[in-house]
Amino acid sequence: MDAEYQDKEKDFLKQGLAAAWPICMGYMPIGMALGVLAQKAGLSVFEMALMSVIVFAGSAQFICVSMLVSGAASIPIIITTFVVNLRHVLLSSSLAKHLDSMSLKGLALYAYGVTDESFGVNYTRFIEGGWTPKKALVVNHASNLCWILCTIAGAWFGELIPQGAFGIDYALIAMFIGLLIFQIRGLIYVASAVIAGLAASVMHLYTEGNMYVIVGAMTGATVCLALRRTAFFKKFEKAREEKT
Amino acid sequence: MTTFQLFLIFLGMGLVTYLPRFIPLALFAKRDVPAWFSEWLSFIPPALLAALLAPDLIVAKTAQGAHFDFLNPKLFVAFPVFFIAAKTKSLGGTVISGMALYWLAQKLIESGYLG
Repeated sequence: MDAEYQDKEKDFLKQGLAAAWPICMGYMPIGMALGVLAQKAGLSVFEMALMSVIVFAGSAQFICVSMLVSGAASIPIIITTFVVNLRHVLLSSSLAKHLDSMSLKGLALYAYGVTDESFGVNYTRFIEGGWTPKKALVVNHASNLCWILCTIAGAWFGELIPQGAFGIDYALIAMFIGLLIFQIRGLIYVASAVIAGLAASVMHLYTEGNMYVIVGAMTGATVCLALRRTAFFKKFEKAREEKT
Repeated sequence: MTTFQLFLIFLGMGLVTYLPRFIPLALFAKRDVPAWFSEWLSFIPPALLAALLAPDLIVAKTAQGAHFDFLNPKLFVAFPVFFIAAKTKSLGGTVISGMALYWLAQKLIESGYLG
């Protein structure tokens, strides 16, 4: 390990937290809302905490609470959770090559905090460079801690906070917009996003559940891979390269 | 339902949440994947973020049914937020300005200046 690297590593905690705070902003309204719903569904503050610590998957937790209210049995809840969280396979697969320096134990610790949000933040930083698995791990677990605290706060006194205060409902949407913009490193990435967005929206119109996220994303990526393999696109990219 | 029963459900949920996150990491971190697969994966991040985002902005789901909705404050606010994100390259700044703009848009709607 050279000196410069060590210097960079020293404040990994600070840098990780600095990268994580927009995620925490986004989690606040959603975590609180979940806490309020869970409390209305009859879960105690302790049970809410238990759930967030063991599961850490926002949408699946919402679904679990609503299924509990409608009296669903445990196996359907678990199967639904599995389907809802299947998209994490895509996130982890994309992240894996940036975490090749981690031990299996490190990866096991990392996997716990892979969410849409932490993935977006960490993937962007890895691509930009200067990001390390250690900092990424701080992002994952800081977001996780924040999520747990927000859901507990919601279960405790969430009803006191007015709905939609300070535009906080828009925090996660704005974050996804930012993260999406940071991924655009060429025309083909725009194509990937546009195709995926349209495919997901159309599917969302006609289907229940959230499989539209996986199907939309896979559609965008597959079309772009095919597009890039076509002679037309190769010619187009070559022409662009010659221009610049 | 008792706390212990809930605990068992959460444990099951935790397991089926954790494994799809862990297995690809363990499989692909140290192994070379085929070139086409890693190229395909490189398109996944923008595609996935767009797939998460777009339905929120352009699809309205109500009890009566689902339809495209291109005239809603979430979508209108998205345009300046896209622009701010591209210009500032700051995630925190984007989140804060998005919240402020959305808050403003809702105030304007409430006061009757818009729609």
